[in-house]
Amino acid sequence: MSSVLEQLVNKPYEHGFRTDIEAETAPKGLNEDTIRLISAKKGEPEWLLEFRLKAYRHWLTMVEPRWPNVTYAKIDFQDIIYYSAPKPKKKMSMDEVDPELLRTFEKLGVPMNERAALAGVAVDVIFDSVSVATTYKEKLAKVGIIFCSISEAVRDHPELVRKYLGSVVPPTDNFYAALNSAVFTDGSFCFIPKGVKCPMELSTYFRINTEESGQFERTLIVAEEGASVSYLEGCTAPKFDTNQLHAAVVELVTLDNADIKYSTVQNWYAGDEKGVGGIYNFVTKRGLCKGVNSKISWTQVETGSAITWKYPSCVLLGDNSIGEFYSVALTNHYQQADTGTKMIHIGKNTRSTIISKGISAGHSNNSYRGLVKIGAKAAGARNYSQCDSMLIGSNCSANTFPYIEVQNAAGKVEHEATTSKIGEDQLFYFRQRGIGTEEAVSMIINGFCKQVFQQLPMEFAVEATKLLGLKLEGSVG
Amino acid sequence: MRNEGGKGLLEVRGLRATVSGIEILKGIDLTVREGEVHAIMGPNGSGKSTFAKVLAGHPAYEVTAGSILFEGKDLFALDPESRARAGLFLGFQYPVEIPGVTNSAFLRLAYNTVQGARGKDELDPLEFDDFIREKLKLLDMDPAFLDRSVNEGFSGGEKKRNEILQLATLEPKLAILDETDSGLDIDALRVVANGVNQLMRRDNAFVLVTHYQRLLNYIVPDYVHVMEGGRIIKTGGKELAFELENRGYDWVVNEFKAGTEPVATAGSA
Repeated sequence: MSSVLEQLVNKPYEHGFRTDIEAETAPKGLNEDTIRLISAKKGEPEWLLEFRLKAYRHWLTMVEPRWPNVTYAKIDFQDIIYYSAPKPKKKMSMDEVDPELLRTFEKLGVPMNERAALAGVAVDVIFDSVSVATTYKEKLAKVGIIFCSISEAVRDHPELVRKYLGSVVPPTDNFYAALNSAVFTDGSFCFIPKGVKCPMELSTYFRINTEESGQFERTLIVAEEGASVSYLEGCTAPKFDTNQLHAAVVELVTLDNADIKYSTVQNWYAGDEKGVGGIYNFVTKRGLCKGVNSKISWTQVETGSAITWKYPSCVLLGDNSIGEFYSVALTNHYQQADTGTKMIHIGKNTRSTIISKGISAGHSNNSYRGLVKIGAKAAGARNYSQCDSMLIGSNCSANTFPYIEVQNAAGKVEHEATTSKIGEDQLFYFRQRGIGTEEAVSMIINGFCKQVFQQLPMEFAVEATKLLGLKLEGSVG
Repeated sequence: MRNEGGKGLLEVRGLRATVSGIEILKGIDLTVREGEVHAIMGPNGSGKSTFAKVLAGHPAYEVTAGSILFEGKDLFALDPESRARAGLFLGFQYPVEIPGVTNSAFLRLAYNTVQGARGKDELDPLEFDDFIREKLKLLDMDPAFLDRSVNEGFSGGEKKRNEILQLATLEPKLAILDETDSGLDIDALRVVANGVNQLMRRDNAFVLVTHYQRLLNYIVPDYVHVMEGGRIIKTGGKELAFELENRGYDWVVNEFKAGTEPVATAGSA
């Protein structure tokens, strides 16, 4: 990464509140006092403190998972600051933004200030225009949709948060989910009431630019009976953070006939070309199709982070419910990704589709890991999985670890996998038709990822296409 | 010859090339002028396809000696895409498959890139659609073909037809067609040959690499070259192709050996 960018991102806060911030930061390390401090600072109700403490006590008994196909130095959990008050960043005008960063945005086709409004995307706080956010909020409120930070939700809608928080990913679920449950500081909350189709795509687009939601983000989305929402997380713009470890938890719940479409573009700082630095992105994402005929669809484009470790999953509890997972995971240089999904079929006639596209370049390591489980009562359940890997160069690796457990003989599971390599002959074919190498690679990659990009909202799809080209610049030829 | 005394298009002199350290081309000389059709024939492994790929700049081959001028310019100074943009086209013997990339997108990008290099206007998707449909008619191809991925799941004949469609789209100065006839049934061969014939102009030229004479029944060459052991060992007119069809390659090879090694082989032959 360019030092200019690094300087920009790590630029110390220049105006005011300095002392206040110092005072608002908890000392390094994690113990029950830290958790009590977080809870107190946020003015949380007693039940939430109990939720946190329970998670923490359980976390103490757990060990870090070692089964992912990734390697990294041991994390010192006592060397992390678990609470600092949200730092309001200085509002910048476009003239003040580093030209290098602007160039990257331009390449990605992201008009920084207007994009969200133009795209008809509601963001819970917008980069430099709070008024737009307010407008959307009013529009959403009119149809009864709640879209706010999880802290606000705890304050304003405690009964809803209490009912659903941890109902999909229990605090004891896994090492990082337990850690998150103990120390999460903020995130998004979205509630779509019965029968409401959300009139616009909801997005957290620039929220992280205005306010650090911290390393332990918590997202909860609930769609009541017949409700429907499409939610966008992240953006293609490169994101930098001094926190190396990110352990988010995302929970989705759909009741009868409801559907949630959750799209992610992840482009956290991936470390430099030699593999120094970069974010560890250890995320637990899970959706519960609680009601009949409900549907949860995950689409992810993972291009950032030094290490990505995430399995957006669906628990198909309601009869006839549908789970989908569409994923593009791209690794370059020394990036490592171990990602995939779990489709747990419990209800009858539940269906799931898994389309995974892994692209490895440089010295990177890219693994698909997925579980398809057909429970004993899931008569008529069906799954279709397709896992394709593409290799660029000869120093990278791609792996596929499919796990299939079928307990009901009436279930049907199909799995297809391919591995291909962008070969010299393929590139030569393009070049012989006048098309240069970079453009050829971009076209091949986009062709490879088409099934997934088709699932993304239009704006995202265009950006994702450009993003992949940008991430692979210089990796071929 | 359609263009008597046409301008020199391609000048190959003493070309030698290796792949993985093995010398395949051992000194090739060839001159192609505008308006000419050349056929390069020869047995398997004689270096015909290698020659075609070296002309197009395939990175797997290393040129160790000789020179190639294309319209008077040093071809070695150009990378493969620049050669294509300059008007050199290779119809592949084994066209590669490109899953997920539609023919229409691929053709349009190639067309616009080459047009741009020639300082001409690019076509937007709608204009290009009109343009390409005319070309499809030339080769008796179904427009549904445009929505399919490049060469994916194509029959051998469809792949070859697709190569000629690309040729028709890019309108190069020099087209090298590497065994375009292989894998074609007689009807497809006729369609492809007819397409090629319609693309011939006074200012372009064709080099046909082929095993068999049958293609030359439909596309009549001005020159026929016989390649063997990485060299052109005999050049003649179109009648040479018939003679090869009837007598095989051995007599040419023997004749060549007799010519190059008169004392040693003349007596024993």
